[in-house]
Amino acid sequence: MTAQAASALQDEAPKPAVHAGLATAVRVLIPIVLALLVGAVVIFALGKDPLTYYGYVMRRGLLSPTGVQATITRMAPLLMISAGLIVAFRAGIWNLGVDGQFLLAAVVTAALAPALIDVVPGWLMILICLVVATLVGAAWSVVPAFLKARYGVNEIITTLMMTFLGIGLANVLVKIPFNDPTTTVPQTATLAVEDRLPRLFDTTIHSGVLIAIAAVLLVHLMMTRTAFGLKLQIVGANPRAAVHAGLNVSRLTFATFALSAGLVGLGGAIEVLGVWGTVRADWNPAFGLLVVPLVFLARFHGVAVIGFVLFFAVLMIGGESASRRLGVPTDFVLLLVGLLMVFLALVEYLDHRRRQATQA
Amino acid sequence: MAGLFTIDFTTALLFGAVTAGIPLLLAGLGEQISEKAGVLNIGIEGMMLFGAYTGFLVAFKSGSIWLGFLGGAGGGAAVALLMAIFCVWLGMNQIVIGIALTLGAEGLTALLHHFQFSRTYPRLDSIETLPLPLISEIPVLGRALFDHHPLVYLAVLLAFFLVWLFRRTYIGLNLQAAGDKPAALDAAGVDVYVTRTCAVLATGALAGIGGAYLANVGAGLFLPFMTNGAGFIGIVLAMLARGQPLWVLLGATLFGVSLALTTALQVAGLNIPTDVVQMLPFAMVMVVLVLFARHSYLPPALGLPYVRGER
Amino acid sequence: MTDRDHAVVPAVAVAGITKRFPGVVANDDISLTFNPGEIHVLLGENGAGKSTLIGILAGMQQPDAGEIRVGDRAVRLASPRDSLDRGIGTVFQHVLLVQSLTVVENLMLGGPWSSRLDRTSALARFRELCQVLAVTLDPDAQVGRLSLGEQQQVEIIRALWHGGRVLILDEPTSMLTPAGVRELGLVMARLRDQGVAIIFITHKLKEAYEFGDRISVLRLGRTVGEITKERLSAMSEQEATDEVIRLMFGPTATSEQGEADTMAHEGRRRRRTVVVDRAQPPFLLVRDLSIETRPGESALIDVSFDVWPGEILGIAGVDGNGQKQLAEALAGQRRTASGTVALRNTEITHLSVAARRELGLRYITDERLGEGTVAAHSVSTNLFLKEIGKPPFWWRGITRWDRIHSAARNKIATHDIRTPSERTPIGRLSGGNIQKSLLARELSTESGVVIFNKPTYGLDLHNIRSARARIRQGADAGLATIVISTELDELVELCDRIGVMYQGRLSGIVDNVEGAEIQIGLLMTGAEAA
Repeated sequence: MTAQAASALQDEAPKPAVHAGLATAVRVLIPIVLALLVGAVVIFALGKDPLTYYGYVMRRGLLSPTGVQATITRMAPLLMISAGLIVAFRAGIWNLGVDGQFLLAAVVTAALAPALIDVVPGWLMILICLVVATLVGAAWSVVPAFLKARYGVNEIITTLMMTFLGIGLANVLVKIPFNDPTTTVPQTATLAVEDRLPRLFDTTIHSGVLIAIAAVLLVHLMMTRTAFGLKLQIVGANPRAAVHAGLNVSRLTFATFALSAGLVGLGGAIEVLGVWGTVRADWNPAFGLLVVPLVFLARFHGVAVIGFVLFFAVLMIGGESASRRLGVPTDFVLLLVGLLMVFLALVEYLDHRRRQATQA
Repeated sequence: MAGLFTIDFTTALLFGAVTAGIPLLLAGLGEQISEKAGVLNIGIEGMMLFGAYTGFLVAFKSGSIWLGFLGGAGGGAAVALLMAIFCVWLGMNQIVIGIALTLGAEGLTALLHHFQFSRTYPRLDSIETLPLPLISEIPVLGRALFDHHPLVYLAVLLAFFLVWLFRRTYIGLNLQAAGDKPAALDAAGVDVYVTRTCAVLATGALAGIGGAYLANVGAGLFLPFMTNGAGFIGIVLAMLARGQPLWVLLGATLFGVSLALTTALQVAGLNIPTDVVQMLPFAMVMVVLVLFARHSYLPPALGLPYVRGER
Repeated sequence: MTDRDHAVVPAVAVAGITKRFPGVVANDDISLTFNPGEIHVLLGENGAGKSTLIGILAGMQQPDAGEIRVGDRAVRLASPRDSLDRGIGTVFQHVLLVQSLTVVENLMLGGPWSSRLDRTSALARFRELCQVLAVTLDPDAQVGRLSLGEQQQVEIIRALWHGGRVLILDEPTSMLTPAGVRELGLVMARLRDQGVAIIFITHKLKEAYEFGDRISVLRLGRTVGEITKERLSAMSEQEATDEVIRLMFGPTATSEQGEADTMAHEGRRRRRTVVVDRAQPPFLLVRDLSIETRPGESALIDVSFDVWPGEILGIAGVDGNGQKQLAEALAGQRRTASGTVALRNTEITHLSVAARRELGLRYITDERLGEGTVAAHSVSTNLFLKEIGKPPFWWRGITRWDRIHSAARNKIATHDIRTPSERTPIGRLSGGNIQKSLLARELSTESGVVIFNKPTYGLDLHNIRSARARIRQGADAGLATIVISTELDELVELCDRIGVMYQGRLSGIVDNVEGAEIQIGLLMTGAEAA
């Protein structure tokens, strides 16, 4: 083939774009539909009516005004964690220590905010809290980053260990140094509602949601449109090629961990400043592993992640209502996510096979 | 503090350590088999939990604790079968599938628990122990270490059995080759997929028994999320043990003691948050990693699906 | 065929074997007969379909059509186990041993899984085969600590373990010294005389003539001809060469043209037009260079040499004697333990990869997919992989994809890289085109020193020819060039001087003049330079 022929082929390249977009949509929708179908079978087997259940979840999670506000509010921490995971996964780092990073940052925020509010203006308190929480999250990833960069120790094991440690430490902090003696249950001092993140318009949605959406979009732009993002992608796709190309892999590894855990930590602060105003002992929403499948489903794509997080938040909020009303526990959502991931992997595999076959 | 360590307290502590350590031991040994064969089995938490559920269900319905363990093994292996199909045969990402299976098992068992047990919270009768002759008479240690359910002794023996299996049998060679250089095993005429599938199933069965022990012996009932990260600790133990079963035994003991200490301190009414004690083994492992990280070793082909003809 | 051929029952015969892969017919109706007591050479360039045929005989791949006969029975070789059970043993091109196991443990792999290890009888069989091959090996040595030559001996023993009716050797000489090659020849002759059918795969004409009793020539997945035992034994080397060239490139082909020339004249010295002026200071100066090594890899100890502008310095040696470490140390991918490296009077000993590149040092790695490229990323990205963040393609850290893609289109055109588009993942391209992309990335006007590591490894004749031409062009234009290769012939063809690596040391540098091969061969086995 000559250069001319090559450019001729290249002119054809844009043609399948629409087709490709459609194919992507199908690839994503099939697992969702299959997961919902199998989930329906499970509900049916447990003696409930799947249609009623799904209908109820939709109504309470998306279609009612309070439901949709709760859903959007719930998206904030999930989106922040997604942003953190996109950075890590694109750079080939398995940050499975999200829960520890999230919780520690949340606890520190919960302790700091009520203490600061008497000293500095509200906006400054919030700013300080967000910065400190980011640093706390990032700090909790330093040891795994060091072990990975220096000795190549598998970060799955180290981040898991750090997450167990972090959850424990967060509890200790809540129970002893940060404990509010005026409450019966161990918990931190509570930040008054008017001092929390401002609400959007007349809703219960706090402005942290905007931060979260911006974070996801910025992360997406960073990964796809900047030299730094490309470097992270190279390290993730082929670390040896990164060394060969002269990238400072260990510095990039530290940066990845810090950025990823920092974003997660910021998410912890937003959740406390926006929703709870305090952290109780043994509070652990355990969002970490739940978000992993969503990020995969979106193929690490920032915009797509927002859609999946919305979908998932609807399931969570609707599911919480449904558990009270219909007696199907919220844990059903876990099952759905598990199924979703398995079917996603399966569809990817079949698609891969089909593409190989058509290449012949 | 010295006054705290009375004879009764020490006995109870060590007894508790064994009870808490056995599920970790089984999970760690199971994970080690998978890892040796090149499969990073993140789904072990789900296998354990599902094994705990099926193990309890079978034991409860049949009234036989041993059938319960069998049920646990079956439940764990069932989840492992999914792992084997997706990760070994279809070559999908082991971490993604592992997390999915864990989440799925958590959701499913919680649902089943909700519909089956949440009104009555059925319990098993207390378990009969098998005091080993003579040595169970030793003061303090005898009661603590040698008066347990027979499965405890079997689990400890399993560690020694695996030492023998890894070093002295063709199965051991095959497992090692499957994790180190699967293509070499294939060229030697041994099916890599079958080897890895068997390894994953063995992991599932052992993790399932561990879960069943947790439910049937440890708690006497099934609760959602009751494994509470025990599977993940198993992964950590296996990775730190670098293929040596006896190191898993040591690590499980360590974690068992610290878990038992948590309960014991509560009972003793000491005002240390249990979280501090619970954190100890993790902190210790991190320190060990930081100090000795350069010696860590994992099979070269760990986590990589095998496709014949690709290198 | 003569009547005598009919008298022998072939050990293995294939008829009408066809195997298709996406986009290529690897084996197209291949029929061949392999007789006991005969070394049958399968000759062909890379990509001719030799390895696919071997994969099929070894039970690793299934043919789409055709028949395999072992002895006088048609068989199906559905798995490696089937193959082994029928006495077909294979030594693959890349070492297939478990590095963490011992020699005897590797040999026991595949034993009856339900029983305990049977060390005693395994050791007995091991000794027996060691005797047959006349080699000495420690059965309890960990394989990872053996030299590649020793590992190959283990592989041959393993291939013969189950009876040894047929022994397949896939490019076995690529990791041996000249002495090792001679030794392998003796081992093959001994086995042949015991009645083993040996299938010897190579792309080198010389080896085909030297070792073969019979030569079959493959090209583009087809058998294009055969030289029978009787004819071969009557031919001189030149006649055999001409015959093979005719078979491969058509009746009018002569060995002086195009790809035939590349094939036939491996190792012929090409006169360089540029005369190196050694009165000038050298461009690259290396003194007593040593590195920190990781366990299980070759060291690099006190290496010293100079390279002048316009010169091509070859680095020969058996694979794994520190060549890769040398290249990586020069490129800055490894920390220097002691010694100095200087480029045009600037010391670069402790500079990073990027800083060295800035100064004009280029390294073209032998692992094109392993470290040279990021397979899943576009050709464009890979063409600018080493310039991430630099203008004009990045502006304050922001990627200007339009500029990158259009610059990539230019490079694709000027370097004749055949790809559907600049956005195609580079991993989908052929080895030759990936190599062209690497050359396009590394060879630019700013280069000063270029290190080529096995530049033609795995390429077909056409691409070998063009890669060598590029190397020569670069040197003619004044580049100081280092070529690392395990193919001595390649170095003899290209280089002005040739250094030899042995166990991490540069055991000597010789001028590439008539007869240098003998001295290089000695140096490869550790003899000091005279």
